[in-house]
Amino acid sequence: MKNVAQRVFFGRALADLGDKNMDIVVLDSDLGGSTKTSDFAKGHPERFFQCGIAEQNMMGTAAGLAVSGKKVFASTFAVFATGRCWDQIRQSIAYPNLDVKIVATHCGISVGGDGASHQALEDVSLMRSLPNMTVICPADANEAYKATVAMAEHFGPCYMRMGRADFPAITGEDDDFTIGKATVLKKGKDVTLVGSGQMVSVCLDAADMLKDDGISAEVINMSTVKPLDADTLLESADRTRCVVTAEEHSIIGGLGSAVAECLSENGNQPLIRVGVRDSFGESGEPNELMIKYGLTKEDIVFAARKAIDRKRKKKGFLWRK
Amino acid sequence: MSNEEVEFDFLKERARTIRRHVIDMTCAAGSGHPGGSLSATEIICTLYFKVMKHDPKAPQWKQRDRFVLSKGHVAPALYAALAESGYFPVDELKTLRELGSRLQGHPSYGKLPGIEMSTGSLGQGISIANGMALAAKLDSSDHRIYCLCGDGELQSGQNWEAAMLAAHYKLDNVTVFVDRNRLQTMGDTEEVMSLEPLADKWSAFGWNVIEIDGHDFAAIIKACEDAKRCRGRPTVVIANTVKGRGVSFMENNADFHGKCCNPEQKEKAMCELEECL
Repeated sequence: MKNVAQRVFFGRALADLGDKNMDIVVLDSDLGGSTKTSDFAKGHPERFFQCGIAEQNMMGTAAGLAVSGKKVFASTFAVFATGRCWDQIRQSIAYPNLDVKIVATHCGISVGGDGASHQALEDVSLMRSLPNMTVICPADANEAYKATVAMAEHFGPCYMRMGRADFPAITGEDDDFTIGKATVLKKGKDVTLVGSGQMVSVCLDAADMLKDDGISAEVINMSTVKPLDADTLLESADRTRCVVTAEEHSIIGGLGSAVAECLSENGNQPLIRVGVRDSFGESGEPNELMIKYGLTKEDIVFAARKAIDRKRKKKGFLWRK
Repeated sequence: MSNEEVEFDFLKERARTIRRHVIDMTCAAGSGHPGGSLSATEIICTLYFKVMKHDPKAPQWKQRDRFVLSKGHVAPALYAALAESGYFPVDELKTLRELGSRLQGHPSYGKLPGIEMSTGSLGQGISIANGMALAAKLDSSDHRIYCLCGDGELQSGQNWEAAMLAAHYKLDNVTVFVDRNRLQTMGDTEEVMSLEPLADKWSAFGWNVIEIDGHDFAAIIKACEDAKRCRGRPTVVIANTVKGRGVSFMENNADFHGKCCNPEQKEKAMCELEECL
């Protein structure tokens, strides 16, 4: 299958769901053509509300619709969906625990030319800290479709993040997707690579590179960052004894932080986080930016070697003791 | 006495009861916002005891009118009106702000029957009301949405985003009351950040604008009826009020925005509320 943007499948899923579920209502803030909620608008104009360039009001309106029994999807770019209206999400959606699905596109550095103002690298961190909020980062377009369906079946506030660019397909149409459940895509015994979003596919590439060096890497698709699937993570980390996380997000507050929190409270295996290291992005081609900001398979391979090295040193230390 | 006079006497008595609860509750809690609660008393009272269709025995009745308290800090007045309506025991009012109480410092959705939305972070209520109004239109239900805003909170930009949306979607089922008491925490609204010409602003945004004395029951009732008759446009009622209304030393006194009475003040306040209004 050729590479597809996640938002294309999200738009398709939403339009399909709209045919079946009359309670689904979609809100846009003048970006529906990019987020692909325009597909829903075509089929269901009476349940599509354009809110204009006013995201705070969009979130409040979403809350009012949800508290009246509607299942609301509110979509825009991730920087606006999370940063600009964080207080509205906190006060009017998360606190009253309403059925609003915030679906953001244009996440991460691969947004490219638009530059730092439009590259959300903090969105997972912002959403993850909110009580009642579920945070989903699908790995590819197939998963974006299934996550959209799953969110429609789930009650409560959700945040889903997707990229702008076309991503490689790594999950099959028949693969299972359950909110809160990670999937082991590749078994291994030397190191666990935990990815989210398009970095899952980069983890798989890194695992192939490591294999050439005789290192067996396990790859986990952590498509739900909150609630984190601690069982799958810890079961793997217990066996491999070291972990690398990879995300197109700041290393502060996102998947790497969630895994660090879980490991430090449970297993204390060495962990290396691959992600944007506390910096804003800039304009450039997506692949150039992925290289410059350390989000390539080579970066993951380097991190995996470092993690394995630490594990060995730690073992030695324990043995000497 | 005419029917009307009997009705106004009843509402007056209710308003006095609510004011007494407000003083009692905030004093028991040792904190809260009595000033704005007292300025909004007639508005809340008229909505709950005369204008809105609602059923305290069935708080989730689908066709009920909704009330969104955008100025969430005047929760004491709303709680008092809900308790007096029969949503929960009046006795529970004294638990305001206590650990484990359903009466949170600001309204919390899902805890207390009758509370339609969590509020407290100012400037968000009209957006919520709009969402409720869109849902009512989708469901072809003729229930109405009432929202009470403070005047100071209109300094927040989200209100004007919401004002635009309500006019754009012709939400004639929305009625917003502005409790125009002219005082906010740091003093006179016109000194802190001027709102005038306030009526012109709403008109320019496409709203049906009604200005009234916010302590006059007849005027509040008439404004609600006019709003109901107005087709294709949302209505805003700019209700000119007195902050701290009903207690002489609290009237027009910004100090009582977010502070309760001391024991002597409480005694004096309760005394005044027994006699007057």
